[in-house]
Amino acid sequence: MITYLARRILWIIPVLFTVSIITFTLMHAVPGGPWDSEKRLPQGVQNRLNAQYGLDQPIYVQYITWAGGFVQGNLGPSYRFKDRTVNDIVSDGIWTTVQLGVMAFLLAVFVGIPLGIIASLGHNRWPDYLSTSVSIVGISTPSFVLAILLIVFFGVQLRWFPTSGWKGPPNWVLPTIALAGFPIAQIARYTRASMLEVTRKDYIRTAQSKGLRDRAVVIRHMVRNALIPVVTILGPILAFLVTGSFIIETIFAIPGVGRYYITAIGTRDYSLLMAMTMLYAFAVAFMNVVVDVLYAYIDPRIRYS
Amino acid sequence: MEQSDADVSTADLPSIIELSPDEARRASSEAVIETGAKRNADKLLEVRGLKTQFFTADGVIQAVDDVSFDVGYGETLGLVGESGCGKSVSALSIARLVPDPPGKIVAGQILFDGIDILKLSNEAMRKLRGKEIGFIFQDPLTSLNPTLTIGYQISEAIREHMGLSPRAARDRVVELLAKVGIPRPADRLKDYPHQFSGGMRQRVMIAIALSCDPKLILADEPTTALDVTIQAQILELIQRLSHEFGTAVLLITHDLGIAAGMCDRVNVMYAGRIVETGTVDTMFENPQMPYAWGLLDSLPRIDDIRGAKLRTIEGLPPLLISPPDACRFGPRCRYVRDICREDEPELTERAGEGHFARCWATEPGGWIS
Ligand SMILES: Nc1ncnc2c1ncn2[C@@H]1O[C@H](COP(=O)(O)OP(=O)(O)OP(=O)(O)O)[C@@H](O)[C@H]1O
Ligand code: SF4
Ligand SMILES: [Mg+2]
Repeated sequence: MITYLARRILWIIPVLFTVSIITFTLMHAVPGGPWDSEKRLPQGVQNRLNAQYGLDQPIYVQYITWAGGFVQGNLGPSYRFKDRTVNDIVSDGIWTTVQLGVMAFLLAVFVGIPLGIIASLGHNRWPDYLSTSVSIVGISTPSFVLAILLIVFFGVQLRWFPTSGWKGPPNWVLPTIALAGFPIAQIARYTRASMLEVTRKDYIRTAQSKGLRDRAVVIRHMVRNALIPVVTILGPILAFLVTGSFIIETIFAIPGVGRYYITAIGTRDYSLLMAMTMLYAFAVAFMNVVVDVLYAYIDPRIRYS
Repeated sequence: MEQSDADVSTADLPSIIELSPDEARRASSEAVIETGAKRNADKLLEVRGLKTQFFTADGVIQAVDDVSFDVGYGETLGLVGESGCGKSVSALSIARLVPDPPGKIVAGQILFDGIDILKLSNEAMRKLRGKEIGFIFQDPLTSLNPTLTIGYQISEAIREHMGLSPRAARDRVVELLAKVGIPRPADRLKDYPHQFSGGMRQRVMIAIALSCDPKLILADEPTTALDVTIQAQILELIQRLSHEFGTAVLLITHDLGIAAGMCDRVNVMYAGRIVETGTVDTMFENPQMPYAWGLLDSLPRIDDIRGAKLRTIEGLPPLLISPPDACRFGPRCRYVRDICREDEPELTERAGEGHFARCWATEPGGWIS
């Protein structure tokens, strides 16, 4: 198990390497550059800036420079926020983003899974319809709509929670709910389908033939088996959540790093964009390892060596 | 209220465990003689006019259509027939495990040890299941939960129904595993089903079925999914343990040969109906229904019994949606006459104790004698 884990974690390195090459190439292939703005800088100034940041070098040299910095933990200068390095920007915001992501993830898991289970047990009766409607609304409502509804209702009308900033727990509530809306629906749907699948299994009939209480049949025999496929989607969902959401962080004025995904692309802030991409790639790759470990924990048929 | 009734009646009745195996056997052979009698306190199980249907988009499937039979204390009754004739649904009905929806028991009476099963509350029925009625299913590979240990799965019914302490339950599990022939049972409690072979898993299923000393075991094709050599071992095990504990067995099989070796009496089912019933001896010496002849003909001879493929009866059984008032075997019967197509024969008595058959041709005055 330990060797297996070590091998899986080492495999993240070539994954990151590949992702970085592809992103780096694509990024530079897109027209425009970090110095483009409303009023064009004179060509001379641009040339000087390019030389200063090494942007006049051939692309593979630029890549090597970037990669050399990256392995030493230097993410490079920001092209937009002149006085700050990308390390500063990321370390300032990353923990806020991760905290929000983890809270939204926990909310999604602890609401989504029970919702799916309840729906499957009340199959084609009102609990199913209720929970299915919640899921459909959750999946089809964009997060900014949910965020605005929450702000209008709980922030402006009821005045229960603040609607922006990140000062303390009251600030956390609305963004967490807004961010969790979609994954709740996703997890609930997946859990419901998986439970309905398990309900038809022979071993459930065996459990019933033993005269067990319904609760024991559901909890011990159905849920654990039904969660095995659900765990597969939890990894990507967590990776997606902890790397931040541009929309939620912008609407609620949260000082995280999620905001930079879109802005870094728009402003061709090359090193910030690379940092965000690496962060996301690492989160996804790492979560896949976590999922595999969880698998072995839930499903005794799986043993790694 | 129903629940407490059931508790009282269960407690008052003599437990089969107190009978010696010989006594149980004698009781069962006496029960055989009584076939056809109405209500009888010597019967462990009496099924009367059972109808179980499936309400599907294509129509109502009459899976079990007016079926009646008895099982005496300690008796082994065979239920034989081709695939789809309603054997499993009959057994599931007795344990009230028919998947609902789409299935429903729409008519009939099932008396188990004097208890009217179809009138019990769900809770009272649950207490009977696994305790008084054990189930062995066809496919041992899919019938055990892959994520729970063997020891846990056997102990569940014991802890639920017998109120034993975890320690005592564990000891009983070890004892049961030893009984069903698992070597070094104490070391295997923490194993998962995938660490057992098919035959071993079926032994575990048998241990589960026997775990609370049931009065009746419903064994639904317990060996169909196994290798031929292992089949014999499993059958022998079921036979030995049912004799040892005096447990009655409803043995479902599509193999008349297995039924002949294991059972006291046999019911032959066709298209949701019982078409012939009698003791194994009378059935083999003097079968009274062309379908049963077909089953007998398709039996491999003793000398090629190992691995021989059955010769099958030509044609397919009818669909069970709105069957006509006619002999259901008619379309495949060599001896069919007009009356068979116009009127369905009743199950009528034949020569031999408790021998009944459903065929115009072999009734007195019929065209086969
Ligand atoms: N869940 C279900 N839904 C709809 N129809 C069903 C269902 N279960 C059984 N049936 C129908 O009931 C009829 C009897 O099925 P049953 O399983 O009792 O057959 P069987 O005699 O046990 O056959 P086999 O030897 O294949 O196990 C079949 O025609 C089948 O179509
Ligand atoms: S009643 Fe007629 S069709 Fe049916 S089995 Fe007898 S002879 Fe054949
Ligand atoms: Mg069957």
